[in-house]
Amino acid sequence: MGKHVLLIEDEPNIVEAIRFILSRDGWRVDTHADGKTAVEAVRNVSPDVVVLDVMLPNRSGFDILQELRNDPATEALPVLMLTARGQTKDREAAERIGASRFMTKPFSNAEVLESMRELAGV
Amino acid sequence: MAARELTGHRIRDRRVALGRKQGELAAQVGISPSYLNLIEHNRRRIGGKLLVDIARALGVEPSILSEGTEATLLAQLLTAATERMELDPEVVEIEAFAARYPGWAALLADQTSRIATLERQVEALTDRLAHDPVLSGAMHEVLSTVTAIRSTAAILADPQEMEQAWRDRFQRNLYEDSVRLAESSQALVTYLDRDQGPVSGMNTPLEALEAFLRERQYHVAALEAGQEGVAAREEIEAILDMSSLPNDAARETVRAYLKRYAEDAAQMPLAQFAEAVVEHAYNPARLAEKFSCDLAAVMRRMVSLPAEDDSTRIGIAVCDGTGALTLRRPIDGFPLPRFSGAHEDWPLYQALARPMMPLRQVVQQGQGSASRRFLTYAICLPASPLSFDAPPVHEASMLILPPALVPEIANEPSPLVLSGAKTLT
Repeated sequence: MGKHVLLIEDEPNIVEAIRFILSRDGWRVDTHADGKTAVEAVRNVSPDVVVLDVMLPNRSGFDILQELRNDPATEALPVLMLTARGQTKDREAAERIGASRFMTKPFSNAEVLESMRELAGV
Repeated sequence: MAARELTGHRIRDRRVALGRKQGELAAQVGISPSYLNLIEHNRRRIGGKLLVDIARALGVEPSILSEGTEATLLAQLLTAATERMELDPEVVEIEAFAARYPGWAALLADQTSRIATLERQVEALTDRLAHDPVLSGAMHEVLSTVTAIRSTAAILADPQEMEQAWRDRFQRNLYEDSVRLAESSQALVTYLDRDQGPVSGMNTPLEALEAFLRERQYHVAALEAGQEGVAAREEIEAILDMSSLPNDAARETVRAYLKRYAEDAAQMPLAQFAEAVVEHAYNPARLAEKFSCDLAAVMRRMVSLPAEDDSTRIGIAVCDGTGALTLRRPIDGFPLPRFSGAHEDWPLYQALARPMMPLRQVVQQGQGSASRRFLTYAICLPASPLSFDAPPVHEASMLILPPALVPEIANEPSPLVLSGAKTLT
C-alpha cells in the first residue's frame, strides 16, 4: 500500500485535483475541509504526510500547525503548507512554527508531487 | 548630492568666500600650493593636524569641513556596497571613489536611496494585502480559483489515460472555476477602482487605526465617562461618524479598537488608574491585580494615559499569532517599524513563543554613550474567550516604558541590547 496523506483544504476543486494526481501516483488520500476539527482528523487517521492550507474555515493553518508541533505524537509529522498569500511574513511564520515545506498558490501538480515524494522519502 | 559637499571642495569654497589666495593659505599652514590644490580637488585625503590648521586659518571648526554630508555620502555608499557584496564592490576604496568621482558617488547614493524607497512602497502594497480583509479575501479567492484551474487543466492536458467519467468531471470543474474566476476578478477590479489612494496613505485598516490614534495621542476622551453597553456603542458610532476614515474596513477596525477601549476604561476609570499607575511604579502586574484585569488590558490602558511630554510617553506593540504587528505606538528612541525592521529578539516575540508567561526585560537601544534603556513588559494571551469548541487564538502585547518613567533601570545588569541586525521582514 502506498503512503498515506491527509489533505486539509476547503476548496473542493483543488481537493479533487490534488486527490486525483496523488491517487494516480499511488498515495492513499484522505481529505478534511474544516480548520476547527483538523487536528482531531490528523490524530484519527495518522497520515504519513499532511497537506495543510493556511486559510481554512474556523481556524488558521498556522494555529493548526502550532498545535501539531506542540504534541509529541505529531511534532515530527511532515507538513506541506499551502497558501494564497505568498508574503515573506507568511513564509517566515510557517518556518518559525515548523512547516516542513511551504508552497504558494497557484502551484503546479508536478511541484506538489515532487514535494510529497520528498517529504515521504519515496 | 553636489560635489561641493566633499571636504576638499568645502575648503576651497570657504577660502574663496574669504577672498584668500591658494598660495597664501598653503603658506600659512605650511604646505605647498600644489598640495593644497590636490586637497581642494579631493585628490588627497586630509585629516588630523593639517585639517585643524586649515580650519583655524579659515576661521571655522574642523568638523564643519570634514563631517556632515560627506559622512552621509560615505555611509550611503557603504550601505549600497553591503547590500550587494556578491558583486565584490571595492569597499576599501569607498573614500577614494567618493573623492575622485563625487558626482558618480552622489548618483549611486541617490539611486540606492531611491531603490530603498521603491522597495518600501512594494512592501506597503504587500502589507496591504495582508491587512485589508476585503482585498486579502478577494485575492485569496482569485488565487485559489486559479490554482484549481491550473491543476485541473494540467490533469486534462496530461496524455495519460483517464476514465471518461473523470474527464467529464474535470471539464465541468474547469468550467465552474472559470465562471468563478471571472466573477471574483470583476469584484476585485470593482473594489480597487472604488478604493484607490496613495500607496503610503491610509489604505490599510491598520494604517487608518494608527492615524486615528496618533491624532488623539492614543487617548479617546469621549470614552472616559465609563460608558457601557448601549451608551458605549452609541458613543463609538458618534466618534466614527465624526472621523474621516477611508473605508468600511478601516471603520470596522477602529470600531473594534474603541469597543475594547470602552471596556478597559469602564474597568479602569481614568482618575483612579492614573493614580494607581504612579503608586505601583508602572508595574502592570500590580495594576492587573488591583483592577482585576488581564495584563494585556492594563498595558492598553497605560498607553491611553495622557502623557506630560514626549519623554514620558508609553509605547506598545501588539502582534497576532503569526507575529504580524496589529497595533503599535513607537516612542522616542524605540522605533517600531511595521514594514520591516521588527526585531526578532523583541520581548514581544519571546512572549509569543511562550503563551501565558509574563516577561520583564530591560532593553537597551544602541551602544555606548548614545544608548538608551527602556523597561518592557510582555505577555501572550488568548485573543478571545476560551472555549471547549475551538482552540485559542493568541495575541502578544509588549509595553514599553521610557527611561523618564523608570529611572531605576539605568544601572540594572544584563539588559537586552538591540542592534540593527536580526530583523524580521
